[in-house]
Amino acid sequence: MPSIILFAPLVGALICGFGWRIIGEKAAMWVATGLLFLAALLSWIVFLGFDGQTQQIQIFRFIESGTLSTDWAIRLDRLTAIMLIVVTTVSSLVHLYSFGYMDHDPQWREGETYKPRFFAYLSFFTFAMLALVTSDNLVQMFFGWEGVGVASYLLIGFYYRKPSANAAAIKAFIVNRVGDFGFALGIFGLFFLVDSISFDEVFRAAPKLAETNLTFLWTEWNAANLLAFLLFVGAMGKSAQLFLHTWLPDAMEGPTPVSALIHAATMVTAGVFLVARMSPLYEFAPEAKTFIVYLGAATAFFAASVGLVQNDIKRVIAYSTCSQLGYMFVAAGVGVYSVAMFHLLTHAFFKAMLFLGAGSVIHAMHHEQDMRNYGNLRKKIPYTFWAMMIGTLAITGVGIPLTAIGFSGFLSKDAIIESAYGAATPAGNFAFWLLVSAAVMTAFYSWRLMFMTFYGTERGDKHTHEHAHESPRTMLVPLGVLAIGAIFSGMVWYNDFFGKTSAVETFFGMEQTAKAESSHASLSLIGAANAAENGKEEPSSSHDGEKKAAAEPGKGAIYRHPDNTVLDDAHYVPKWVKVSPFIAMLLGFLGAWVMYIRRPDWPAKLAENQRPLYLFLLNKWYFDEIYDAVFVRPAKSLGSFLWKRGDGSVIDGALNGVAMGIVPFFTRLAGRAQSGYLFTYAFWMVLGIVFLVSWMTIRGGAI
Amino acid sequence: MISADLNIVLPELILAVYAMGALMFAVYTGKDATAPLILGSTAALMAALGVWIAISGSGAATAFGGAFIDDGFSRFAKVIILLSAAAILLMSQSYMERIGILKFEYPILIALATVGMMMMVSAGDLMALYMGLELQSLSLYVIAALHRDDQRSTEAGLKYFVLGALSSGLLLYGASLTYGYAGTTLFSGILETISDGKMPIGLLLGLVFLFAGLAFKVSAAPFHMWTPDVYEGSPTPVTAFFATAPKVAAMALFARVAHDAFGTVTADWTQIIALLSVVSMFLGAIAAIGQRDIKRLMAYSSIAHMGFALMGLAAGTMFGIQAMLIYLAIYVVMNIGTFAFILSMERDGQPVTDIDGLHQYSKAEPLKALALLVLMFSLAGVPPMVGFFGKFYVLQAAVDADLAWLAVAGVIASVIGAFYYLRIVYFMYFGEERDAIQTPMNAYNWAALVGAAVIMVAGVVNLFGVEALAAAAAETLVN
Amino acid sequence: MTLAVFTFYVFSTIVILAGLLTVLSRNPVHSVLWLILAFFTSAGLFVLLGAEFVAMLLVIVYVGAVAVLFLFVVMMLDVDFAELKAEMARFMPVAMLIGVVLLMELGLVFGVWNFADQAGDLRQAVTPSLSEAHNTQALGEIVYTQYIYLFQAAGLILLVAMIGAIVLTLRHRPNIKRQNIVAQINRDPAQAMELKNVKPGQGL
Repeated sequence: MPSIILFAPLVGALICGFGWRIIGEKAAMWVATGLLFLAALLSWIVFLGFDGQTQQIQIFRFIESGTLSTDWAIRLDRLTAIMLIVVTTVSSLVHLYSFGYMDHDPQWREGETYKPRFFAYLSFFTFAMLALVTSDNLVQMFFGWEGVGVASYLLIGFYYRKPSANAAAIKAFIVNRVGDFGFALGIFGLFFLVDSISFDEVFRAAPKLAETNLTFLWTEWNAANLLAFLLFVGAMGKSAQLFLHTWLPDAMEGPTPVSALIHAATMVTAGVFLVARMSPLYEFAPEAKTFIVYLGAATAFFAASVGLVQNDIKRVIAYSTCSQLGYMFVAAGVGVYSVAMFHLLTHAFFKAMLFLGAGSVIHAMHHEQDMRNYGNLRKKIPYTFWAMMIGTLAITGVGIPLTAIGFSGFLSKDAIIESAYGAATPAGNFAFWLLVSAAVMTAFYSWRLMFMTFYGTERGDKHTHEHAHESPRTMLVPLGVLAIGAIFSGMVWYNDFFGKTSAVETFFGMEQTAKAESSHASLSLIGAANAAENGKEEPSSSHDGEKKAAAEPGKGAIYRHPDNTVLDDAHYVPKWVKVSPFIAMLLGFLGAWVMYIRRPDWPAKLAENQRPLYLFLLNKWYFDEIYDAVFVRPAKSLGSFLWKRGDGSVIDGALNGVAMGIVPFFTRLAGRAQSGYLFTYAFWMVLGIVFLVSWMTIRGGAI
Repeated sequence: MISADLNIVLPELILAVYAMGALMFAVYTGKDATAPLILGSTAALMAALGVWIAISGSGAATAFGGAFIDDGFSRFAKVIILLSAAAILLMSQSYMERIGILKFEYPILIALATVGMMMMVSAGDLMALYMGLELQSLSLYVIAALHRDDQRSTEAGLKYFVLGALSSGLLLYGASLTYGYAGTTLFSGILETISDGKMPIGLLLGLVFLFAGLAFKVSAAPFHMWTPDVYEGSPTPVTAFFATAPKVAAMALFARVAHDAFGTVTADWTQIIALLSVVSMFLGAIAAIGQRDIKRLMAYSSIAHMGFALMGLAAGTMFGIQAMLIYLAIYVVMNIGTFAFILSMERDGQPVTDIDGLHQYSKAEPLKALALLVLMFSLAGVPPMVGFFGKFYVLQAAVDADLAWLAVAGVIASVIGAFYYLRIVYFMYFGEERDAIQTPMNAYNWAALVGAAVIMVAGVVNLFGVEALAAAAAETLVN
Repeated sequence: MTLAVFTFYVFSTIVILAGLLTVLSRNPVHSVLWLILAFFTSAGLFVLLGAEFVAMLLVIVYVGAVAVLFLFVVMMLDVDFAELKAEMARFMPVAMLIGVVLLMELGLVFGVWNFADQAGDLRQAVTPSLSEAHNTQALGEIVYTQYIYLFQAAGLILLVAMIGAIVLTLRHRPNIKRQNIVAQINRDPAQAMELKNVKPGQGL
């Protein structure tokens, strides 16, 4: 069954991409979509029926080279199962959605066929993503990793007539190369030290790696930390974390379904998945984890702050994605991989829905993306409005504080914030505060989006507003399905991802540390929280007595180091900590309400008063400008230097010189020697013999 | 005794007696009117002998006190020589008729030259070597000048004769030095005197002179100077003949002398051969670039190709000989095909050899252009044509023998050389409209052209088993 | 110094000098004459070696036939040697240099020359000793029995030379009267003559 899930999209892509001329445009699209729905259905069956035990399904021999010997195999564990449903569900819905969205695209001229190509790319992307998440070894994963990179490149640049789309596609590809370089180095390093790239071997060797030192860049490093860091560099690129994030906003040049599928729900979360997958390694790499926490928190804060002032509806959501990914990394960094996966799952639902909703708005507004030209749309496109509303409620984290009732984002985001605090490390505290302030901003920009789009007065082109229309059913159905996920996914799986340690361990098929349950594990969450607050004690110290079962790394889907009790501690954080995200949400909402409903003139004034700050945010902290000055320009000038001087003058010059100067020179020489006179020829022969004789007499034969 | 000896040389004997008989027949009957008949029967006899040798020959035997050796190596070479000579003979008929020099002596001289070549590859004695060589050379001198009303042809014959005499002198001088040292002219006897693997300086000098003489015959640089002029001046069928069978014979003789007479001191002569090889490859590649005349082009091409074949010999190993034989077999087929085309080139009924006439040729004759393209690619050594595998074998032999520098040089030279082959292809397919040529062909030439092209492609599968045959042949030469 | 040795040196010196002058003399006719002298003295050397048969062959064939033929050819040819030499003169210095180098090297080799251990025996093995067979017989045995293969090959070479000479030079010019011997012999009076009975006083 997993093989069918994996290969159905590939078959769909091939049929759709190459066969549409034979079977027709419509049929090709339906084949691709149908196969994805099949995959999605099977994924859900696999996920719901999964018992937590890791399975390996070998498909064929992959690489056989020296000691590098791997199979192409599917590693089916809880992580894979989660990713399977995320990827196939969102992908199938996006396929369906694209029927409506991609119809009559103004980018294409009349009579041009572009839809089968689009569907084929989407299906191919899905295949590559599934290959990534089902991989059983690092090389196979790298294959999927690059596959999604290619698909992303193709889809961002899908509107290849737009120069900006091409530039964005290239940018995404190149920025990802930086990350992939780190990833590849990490793989090399692991193979160098472990002599294998299969996950089982690598995981088993993780404790040993922690005690190994490795020389890299003339310095001794702890092997586990170095390799974990290198792998994380790959994750940074793919998941658009700070310093390598610049491509993600630009990637919004692609069609909106692409943004929903690739740049919100699936591909960008591959980095999080990588860290969770490599959890046995990260558990032995504390410094690398700390780095992840810092970087994730910084990203969450940075992206949210930029999101505050963006006007392009998709860019707002893009920065939001970037920010949410930061949340996930914080969770992974403090060691609660399950929570990271939890947020990944819920985020996939609500963010995909937000994107698709935004797409629906854009569709309604004739591909107008600037929010300043929206306003008062809730009557015209009511379904879209409600979908967006649900998405906004989910992302901002609306729910009943101190209970497990609320929109999905409420549960998963709070879980992360609590975990960050619960980690009780400097990094954790740093992350906690940044995340809470990011939550304020999240609420602000989300509601700002809602208010600017659906409330207020109609701005911009009159004609466009008059012709605004609700999207066709193919676009609304996915919204509805995702809305269900956005509302309920948090509540349904709360216990599995962020419940009691034992529940989580069961869910992920980890070795039970049941008898290590701490004393207060039996208490209700609220009670426990109270107890912790009343006790005013260091949460972690309260259950030091937990017995550490030295679980074998790689046994379950994720691995928890015996010393890692963050998951447990997170439940016993002070109550104010638990409430703080909710308060943050309220603050953000109020701010947005005041600024965009109550006093719509304030934002402009504020921007006027705080001009430097506003520009700083509007220009995304000047990252693009700095990169342009530091990397792009020098690289360009170096490139053009190498091209014009190095390539043009030296290499071409040398080759041309040889080909057009030296060789013809000798040709002429040979031609002149061929004088036609007998005695010249005889003379050459004598010369030859004299040379040979001299040579032989001087060298004296064999030496 | 004598009958056993004669039995061993039976193929040569038959061909020689046939040549004399045919000469008598023609002189006393229709003279030149019988030329087509004699040409056909000569070709048929040579082909039959080739097949006969290929099928019946087995084992190794010597005749006339060791002067004549019949072994797998010589049979391999003889089959190539006989079959290629027969093919060229058939191809040349219409051309010779067109320019009015189809004389009955032509096939007879070719037959006698072939006898000489067969004697060469079977030579087991310096004197036998010289006799075979001279029999071959003298016949070739004559047929080079066969078009005696044409100044260039006469000039070609004369040049070839004078320079050939010089090279014979070098060879004889080397032979006499060798005899002076060893006291015998038998290869086996010479080998015995140096069985300890030590090379006295006198013998070394003899070796150098001997090899210089032989290098002239394979037109290896710097003893190649005659080649372009003679190729250009001779009637085209004669050029085609020069480029094929005599080259095989001379290379085989080269290998024979090197291994049979000097097999214990390979380290001494491989360096000479390697030097000749590298100079030939580069000279052939570089000098050909300036040529617009396809016959001169083919002359330089054959110089370069002989450089490659010498690379196999330079390895000094059994595999090297095998590679050389494979290379020669492939080279001969490519040349037969190419010359089948060159023979048909004409403008307004006059034979032309200017490659400018090939512009846009593919429009007029797509199939022939395609066949020529395949042959050019193969000559250049472009995979997957068979020509590539020939080069591949010799390069491998060189690398195996620790002559990596030679292999690298060979690769560079072949890259340079690819230029002029591909230029012909370029002209044919992408050239500008020019005064076009016509290429009327009879069935033989068409079959030779297309057949050679097909072999160049189809041979990729297993080289028609030549590899194993060449290995067996090499084994009998190198022990 | 015996007479034989003295004679050897005389003949040797003359041979070398004559050879040198053959190459060097300006007039080609003189060259041929010097060549004839070289042949004669070589024949003398052969006599000294006891090879009378070869000596006589040399005199009869080479001097009597080949050299005289040469002489005729050279006298009939009109070759402007001066022009060729002018072109060649340009290369003279280089050629001299190379010649000297080659000569020195050959001298070097001559200085360290040695024979293979078996060389002497091998040389002797081919020919029957003079006490057993006289000159002509020994020669016949070698040429016609031992080296029959090479002898026949040489024959073929000469045949080729002959064919070559004919094919390259023989021309059948159409408007020339030729003697047709067969026709001449087969001629009979009946065909050649027609008798007409002419009546006197009438004419034809």
